[in-house]
Amino acid sequence: MAECHPVGFQWVVEARARGAKVFHVDPRFTRTSALADRHLPIRAGSDIVLLGALINHVLANELDFREYVLAYTNAAALVSEDFRDTEDLDGLFSGFDPETRTYDPSSWSYESTGEQAPGETLEGGLHHAKAAGADRYGSGGAAAHPSPPKDPTLRHPRCVYQILRRHFARYTPELVERLCGIPPEDFAELADAITANSGRERTTAWVYSVGWTQHTVGAQYIRTAAILQLLLGNMGRPGGGILALRGHASIQGSTDIPTLFNILPGYLAMPHAHRHENLDDYLEREGGETGFWGNRRSYLVSLLKAWWGEAATEENDFCFGHLPRLTGDHGHYTTVMGQIDGTVKGYFVVGENPAVGSSGGRAQRLGLANLDWLVVRDLTLVETATFWKDGPELETGEMRTEDIATEVFFLPAASHVEKEGTFTNTQRLLQWREKALDPVGDCRSDLWFYYHLGRLLRERLTGDEIDRPLRELTWDYPEEGEHRDPSAAAVLREINGVGPDGRALSSSTQLRPDGSTACGCWIYCGVYAGEVNHAARRRPGREQTPVAPEWGWAWPANRRILYNRASADPEGRPWSERKAYVWWDAERGEWTGHDVPDFERNKPPDYVPPEGARAEAALAGTDPFIMQSDGKGWLYVPAGLADGPLPAHYEPHESPVRNPLYGRQSNPARRIYARRESPYNPPGSPRFPYVLTTYRLTEHHTAGAMSRPLAYLAELQPELFCEVSPELAAELGLVNGGWATIVTSRTVIEARVLVTGRVRPLRIQGRTVHQVGLPYHWGWGGGGLVTGDVTNDLLPLVLDPNVYIQESKAVTCDVRPGRRPRGRAALDLLEVYRHD
Amino acid sequence: MTERMGFFTDTSVCIGCKACEVACKEWNQLPDDGFVFEATSYDNTGQLGASTWRHVAFIEQTRTVRMKEDEGDSGVDRWLMSSDVCKHCTHAACLDVCPTGALFRTEFGTVVVQEDICNGCGYCVPACPFGVIDRREGDGRAWKCTMCYDRQRGGLEPACAKACPTDSIQFGPLDELRERAEDRLERLHADGRSEARLYGESPDDGVGGAGAFFLLLDEPEVYGLPPDPVVTTRDLPSMWRWAGAAALSVAGAVAVAFAGGFAGFRDGGRR
Repeated sequence: MAECHPVGFQWVVEARARGAKVFHVDPRFTRTSALADRHLPIRAGSDIVLLGALINHVLANELDFREYVLAYTNAAALVSEDFRDTEDLDGLFSGFDPETRTYDPSSWSYESTGEQAPGETLEGGLHHAKAAGADRYGSGGAAAHPSPPKDPTLRHPRCVYQILRRHFARYTPELVERLCGIPPEDFAELADAITANSGRERTTAWVYSVGWTQHTVGAQYIRTAAILQLLLGNMGRPGGGILALRGHASIQGSTDIPTLFNILPGYLAMPHAHRHENLDDYLEREGGETGFWGNRRSYLVSLLKAWWGEAATEENDFCFGHLPRLTGDHGHYTTVMGQIDGTVKGYFVVGENPAVGSSGGRAQRLGLANLDWLVVRDLTLVETATFWKDGPELETGEMRTEDIATEVFFLPAASHVEKEGTFTNTQRLLQWREKALDPVGDCRSDLWFYYHLGRLLRERLTGDEIDRPLRELTWDYPEEGEHRDPSAAAVLREINGVGPDGRALSSSTQLRPDGSTACGCWIYCGVYAGEVNHAARRRPGREQTPVAPEWGWAWPANRRILYNRASADPEGRPWSERKAYVWWDAERGEWTGHDVPDFERNKPPDYVPPEGARAEAALAGTDPFIMQSDGKGWLYVPAGLADGPLPAHYEPHESPVRNPLYGRQSNPARRIYARRESPYNPPGSPRFPYVLTTYRLTEHHTAGAMSRPLAYLAELQPELFCEVSPELAAELGLVNGGWATIVTSRTVIEARVLVTGRVRPLRIQGRTVHQVGLPYHWGWGGGGLVTGDVTNDLLPLVLDPNVYIQESKAVTCDVRPGRRPRGRAALDLLEVYRHD
Repeated sequence: MTERMGFFTDTSVCIGCKACEVACKEWNQLPDDGFVFEATSYDNTGQLGASTWRHVAFIEQTRTVRMKEDEGDSGVDRWLMSSDVCKHCTHAACLDVCPTGALFRTEFGTVVVQEDICNGCGYCVPACPFGVIDRREGDGRAWKCTMCYDRQRGGLEPACAKACPTDSIQFGPLDELRERAEDRLERLHADGRSEARLYGESPDDGVGGAGAFFLLLDEPEVYGLPPDPVVTTRDLPSMWRWAGAAALSVAGAVAVAFAGGFAGFRDGGRR
């Protein structure tokens, strides 16, 4: 966190000054470790073992926050008799189809009450796996029955609590030592610390970043942490939570108003070409009727009204038919394969540099070279725009400039200080920034680009029916300045939404399903309440309460901690004076507290939903997780995940270690590309004996386009280097400051050597496992004052099946002393590795 | 003079982000130091110099770490980071030796080189007991931290302190900083971190106390700081006295020599 989020890390320093104990779990000793109370070196790719053992520790010793667990989680829910665990099936959950390598999740559901929960089985399994459904379900996940049969004594063998106990029983401190390389005494210190620091009086927070997500079991890493935090009662409470640190400014914003293929603004699912013929079809299948997702018709219709205005009417399904449709996986890596196969002809690359920043760079560049046209918008001439004249494949002879027909359009972009708008950070906080100066030359903001691109396209439209969606689109923003910039404030107001009177709405609860309201993103509704840009508020923290509600604006409804109903006990009283946050004021008949309650303000704690109630009315006064169809925190996920209702430890796709837990070495549902452009290192291969992990340095940003051209940053970390332990250096003859060659079956690169005791060999399954660390900020061009080989070229194309993130944090490699071979010789070396 | 201003650099919360180095260079428009991989932990700018007025040192401390079986392994268990800067000494030798008056004491009690007056004689370079001030190649003049004199005159804190995310670099009235540092030290000692110590805060040290002082977690030498810095001009008065006496002796000796040969010369010169 200190490495990649130094500004946010000031609050960890602050917490530590107030007595917080900080553990840092990381393969390497980093700048974060330097300020932590304890650093636990771990083998990359083994975190589910560590987290699972913590869960086992909590369950075996009954250290869970029982009142919280009983009231607020699905611990008591009974699961279908048909469910089989990985413990029963040697690493598989029930419902696995080996042919398609996907799960049918119907057996994972809660015990039937005789009625079928809507959408529960229809949208899982194959459909899910085909279209990356996890994000598609939105933050509420898939629908499950709102009130499954329960055993409040938690003794029923098929209740979630007992299933959890059995599932995690083999995740022991001994296993942690064997697979993670963390000694039992260190594990005990961590386990004692987090359990002692949880409960009524105290809370523990987990902070993670892509070290947890970029794995073939990435989503399940986070799930494991979620189970632990729910068991310890650390969700929805101050000082608790699982905090995701994002990789760029406003990455949160770019999932809220998505740049992802599978969701619409506000986490509404992107409709599918064949399964969602019309609006009713779509609404029926996507999500449950209970909880706040039960209002999704209002959210979607208001979105359609924002986009198609007057043209969207009840009679024409509010232009639902104008929305683009999915036909399957249109994620990043599958798109690249489509480019190589010639089915994807054009490509917009905006503020991204896949030729350097994405896994398997060679495949990326093969795809780029096979396009008809490519549009690159960036601050500098990044490698993605220049691969055709200076890419590594020209050196090896695999590509020749004269053979590449791709027409490349490079459009220079304005930087963040040259445009106005909002950033949404990881805590859902929208912060408005002013334009400090005009962009130079032809540089323009993305907002300018898309607005004018849309305007020019619309000028070319005919009366043809195929043009109707674009023709009817609302595209009328006030223009400002000599370059006719569309007003960002007007866009934010459109996102906020307006009511029938044309005035800005103040809350998403005002949205209606009848087309009388328009709203560009339902979770952002309220950011422009009262015609005021609340994101632009800058009242200093010292002038307001510690929650600081008047600094910027957080979605939803300016709530700073989600699900904060859980900060009070079932009766609505704070769990403790020390941790009081939001509570029920019986006298006034409303929820109150330091934050905006993430709950219906006047719903009393003793509210019991009447039979047949829908949406939020179907949730009880004790159900804090209001986006879930049952209002509970899910320890066990009865639907919505592509690779199992519980996390299980699988080895990374490439690992030098055998999985001792199950017969299944790796996640059986992981997405692999069995094709020539995507070779893999065989598991356990003696050719690739070392664990490779990649990361960032404080001094640079991602693929380097924003830092390598800047002298003051480039001089701080001028060259690509690999971090190796003194032991590995001695074994291989690597010299500090010298050169090393790193090899995977994808490519061979060179890096300077940094020998450091901050990387430590680990004892795994009785033998020494060496880890090699590589930052990934260098490329051959990009306007860089410093250049270097591309680390990401080493990485395999293998993905998590839920969200299609690549596994870049734990792969295998070989290391050799000295510089890499040049040209054709590099390919010859690879051939040796692939066929030996 | 207004209140004496200073830096308190608390290295116990430094995360080595180098924001201070970058902010300093940005504000003061300093040239880069070249792009050289030094293979010394995460430090590639080396030391303070004419173009690096804040420098973050990275010290990896290896101790034997427990490990199973025969693996008598070693690993880093402490990574010290410290942002070094000109000390703005109470008794500043650089200022003492400057023949042009380019170096001067500001109204904030800091020591600043005036770039339009410096003639590049370089006397200040060996005079600094910390090796801070340096001449820039190709330019010839001496350069060092000004504690952002221009910003201070505009009522702003120096760029490095402004950019520091963890408040490792604190700027303020020196008296106040010294109190704050004492409190912090006490707190660390109470937490059992007895290795913590202050460096350069005492007015009784060899430079009369630094205007930029530090909280360190190890011996100063570990960070590349002199353990007992002394203003190099401390002995100048006595040296002048000695020189004067010597000159007199020589004169006497010469007189004697004239009177009775050259026998007395050596005695006079041996002081």
